[in-house]
Amino acid sequence: MTRLADIWVYLATSPLLGLTVTLVAYVVGDWIYRRANMHPLLNPVLIAVVALVLLLKATGTPYPTYFEGAQFVHFLLGPATVALAVPLFFNLGKLKRLWLPLLGGLVAGSLTAAVSAVGIAWLFGGSQQTLISLAPKSVTAPVAMGIAEKLGGLPSLTAIFVISTGILGAVLGPMVLNGLRVRDQATRGFALGVTSHGIGTARAFQESEQAGAFSGLAMGLNALVTALLLPLLAHLIPFG
Amino acid sequence: MLHALTVLLLFQLAGEALSQLFGLPIPGPVLGMGLLFLALFYPPWVPEALRQTTHDFLQHLSLLFVPAGVGVLQHFHRVAQEWLPITLALILSAVLTVAVTALTIRALVRITHANAHGDESS
Repeated sequence: MTRLADIWVYLATSPLLGLTVTLVAYVVGDWIYRRANMHPLLNPVLIAVVALVLLLKATGTPYPTYFEGAQFVHFLLGPATVALAVPLFFNLGKLKRLWLPLLGGLVAGSLTAAVSAVGIAWLFGGSQQTLISLAPKSVTAPVAMGIAEKLGGLPSLTAIFVISTGILGAVLGPMVLNGLRVRDQATRGFALGVTSHGIGTARAFQESEQAGAFSGLAMGLNALVTALLLPLLAHLIPFG
Repeated sequence: MLHALTVLLLFQLAGEALSQLFGLPIPGPVLGMGLLFLALFYPPWVPEALRQTTHDFLQHLSLLFVPAGVGVLQHFHRVAQEWLPITLALILSAVLTVAVTALTIRALVRITHANAHGDESS
């Protein structure tokens, strides 16, 4: 029994365990998602996150210990973002035809994301720090955290809103688009990218390579537009 | 695969360096994406290895968000305390943003006829 405890103490502090459980949780989540014919509510990120949160709670493992191992997966977000240039390049023709409508959708979507989130939370009595941290939630995490910090929010709280928005957009977005009968792959991808950054892009790649390409483009552009617009907007309409 | 990964990391590094150098509000990887996109024009073809690696890589993009998602553990208290405004804001805002973005694009496509031969089917 003590030997088992010793092994646990050893493994719990090594990065191997955090990395392995992350991959196992995702592989299982992805398996369930595919078994359920890709039902949007059974999003693999959602399943993996819930499973890992329960596991960490049950074993009393602090998040930083887990992240020691999980950081190797987290690190790959950078090169994956760079890689989005390649599918975009293959959709150059469509990009040239659609650039003006996409630009309009980008500005409208970017403003809607920030104003609606802050407005609704304010209406239901959210604290000021929560309101500010919510504003950049549709933007890819590193930029969103930077914006939140500049406006006086909590960057780590913003990170949670960013991930939640990503999952919600990936789950609800395709349903909304189906309801509105939006079938054009570039439009679908772009809307998912503006709303749900990289997680929306991951979802869009499951629809088609074209949807994924335009989603990645939307993610990059939305980071730029929100970083420029939000400080301006906060200046005009002071929070709280 | 090794070459492709090296290319991706080099462009990310260039993006990070530019972002830091000029104090830009855009993160390095997003700048790196822009730089790689421009680089693909000269010469105007994509090496097969790069195409294949990026395709495989992006198939499992979702996995990469899991560690950050588990970070919700660190703010359990606040999220529990303000669950109503937070939940409503996140859900409604996501639905509104998807709808507004898609409808704006569709309306502008119709106005500009930019997509006259395209595949907008509704």
